Amino acid sequence: MADAVHIPDEAETRARWGAFEWTAENAEQAKTVIARYPAGRQQSAVMPLLDLAQRQVGAETQTNGWLPVPVMEYIGRQLDMPYMRVYEVATFYTMYNLAPVGRYHVQVCGTTPCMLRGSDDVFAACKNKGLVKGGTTPDGLFTLSEVECLGACANAPMVQINDDNFEDLTYDSTIAILETLAAGGKPKIGPQIDRQTSAPEGGPTTLKDMVTENHDYRGDWA
Amino acid sequence: MTDAPAPAAPPPFVGPLTDKDRIFTNVHGFQDWGVDAAMKRGDWDNTKKLMEIGQDGIIDIMKASNLRGRGGAGFPTGLKWSFMPKESKDGRPSFLVINADESEPGSCKDREIIRHDPHKLIEGALIAGFAMRARAAYIYIRGEFIYEAKVLFAAVEQAYEKGFIGKNACGSGYDFDVFVHRGAGAYICGEETAQIESIEGKKGQPRLKPPFPAGAGLYGCPTTVNNVESIAVSPTILRRGAAWFNGFGRENNRGTKLFQISGHVNKPCVVEESMSIPFRELIDRHCGGIRGGWDNLLAVIPGGSSVPLVPAKEIMDAPMDFDGLRALGSGLGTAAVIVMDKSTDIVRAISRLSYFYKHESCGQCTPCREGTGWMWRVMERLRTGDADQSEIDMLFQVTKQVEGHTICALGDAAAWPIQGLIRHFRPEIERRINENKGSAPVMEAAE
Repeated sequence: MADAVHIPDEAETRARWGAFEWTAENAEQAKTVIARYPAGRQQSAVMPLLDLAQRQVGAETQTNGWLPVPVMEYIGRQLDMPYMRVYEVATFYTMYNLAPVGRYHVQVCGTTPCMLRGSDDVFAACKNKGLVKGGTTPDGLFTLSEVECLGACANAPMVQINDDNFEDLTYDSTIAILETLAAGGKPKIGPQIDRQTSAPEGGPTTLKDMVTENHDYRGDWA
Repeated sequence: MTDAPAPAAPPPFVGPLTDKDRIFTNVHGFQDWGVDAAMKRGDWDNTKKLMEIGQDGIIDIMKASNLRGRGGAGFPTGLKWSFMPKESKDGRPSFLVINADESEPGSCKDREIIRHDPHKLIEGALIAGFAMRARAAYIYIRGEFIYEAKVLFAAVEQAYEKGFIGKNACGSGYDFDVFVHRGAGAYICGEETAQIESIEGKKGQPRLKPPFPAGAGLYGCPTTVNNVESIAVSPTILRRGAAWFNGFGRENNRGTKLFQISGHVNKPCVVEESMSIPFRELIDRHCGGIRGGWDNLLAVIPGGSSVPLVPAKEIMDAPMDFDGLRALGSGLGTAAVIVMDKSTDIVRAISRLSYFYKHESCGQCTPCREGTGWMWRVMERLRTGDADQSEIDMLFQVTKQVEGHTICALGDAAAWPIQGLIRHFRPEIERRINENKGSAPVMEAAE
């Protein structure tokens, strides 16, 4: 692919990350993860551990994290699997970053349901705030990626920024979110219009009793 | 007429559903997803009694309910469960894998179940796992559902604390574990054998079948992979009976269904409705109609990106169910309804799906690995008109060469949207090519 990531210089990466190990908290978490799978099947834990490691790298670098080669090797050793098997997994799944990203990883969905509802406007807003697809802004704040369907189609268009979804976007609300983040604020998560999750805008057409109370419908069962 | 022959069976109920017959009462998350609130809504209500129906009894009820799998293929759920071995002759345990890798463009229902009604899923996991004699369930949730996975991990934790799962689950004497496994961004892991590979810690490339998962699946053990919605509706079906579930939808298309409507409707939403509800009723009742009115409707992709589009006039009054949409050359899929009005660049809309499949092809089979990229590149030229008329037929033929020649259905899924486009919108593609060439537009014959 023309837009394949540029994997950082090996020697530099090794110098920085060669001594990677879990924080005490993550070491515990890694044990919990491995215990989810049958004995001898610890390779199953490779995906959760890669995610955990990416988050730890993110915390250490004040970014959304990535996976330096020595970190993958570390996980391979812990799970007793060849490095290449770990690398195979890390390169197969899109959520593992093979190169550093910014403080905020702005992942705009561009697939058809979002496109129909205006993801072009979301991309335009990103562009006008200086974000470039596949790149990180010079201040290290934002990395922009176009991603495939994130499964929030009834709330399209949407963007996932780090762990949070922002939905029902427009050009203006996208700008507002990026500006709030740049100013160190926390924009409102979820739908950016007057709407409860995936209920129709303006209020639900069904199950209206649930709006105000935790209604038990069993009394109405015939 | 008074001399009509034997009284006909009453017409099937095709909606609208009343609230008392909705299974996912917290689908929009107005109330707490936690276990106490879920119990007040009826979840985990004497689950032990449901298990006392017995393993074969549960499967019989599921068969009688005529529930067809909600993940897209529509395979009868009870029948699928019955394929699992009744006893382990060689000591291998059995597993239930619950497919929450919801990634089909248009689909966003499992997300609502998981973040707002997770205990329906976990209770269903126990019921289904028990019925198929599994020792554990792995719920495979797509990696991008980060918040949803947090809820699910917490809900599983709650269920353990209450003794609903784990040793002696619900006091039934049956031991059953539920684990959550997060994906990391790969559409193909929604394919059942790719999902199994992924849980085993490998890249998600589908396996050749046979062996089928029910014989050798996760860790080489008998495994059934079911969609979230199929599993989550099962406790309610057992509580209310197969006849209740059969009271909705047309024959062979029974039950209630979460519809997810996106695109050019006034109010996109996720809503549970009766199977077989007419398209027009679904849109007018819950989505505030088509943007710009019904005359402005161009086409609909009724079941997620993998199914061919249906032109407006054909779908307007069609029943939204497996057979009704198949009769239109499309399918219900996951009931992810993508609506397109006349402002849509229809070639671009389908080309974007071609890009999706190119991006998501796992690369294992040549027709798909090479074909998805080739098809996307031609689609992009058709979008701008930078093509020759003969390439339309060539593209169609290539889709036919990809279709059916790959291990999994991704190749088919990449081919069908293009076939649907060419079948229904060929004049539009030809118009672009002609305009691009600067020639006079071809006059269309009057119909």
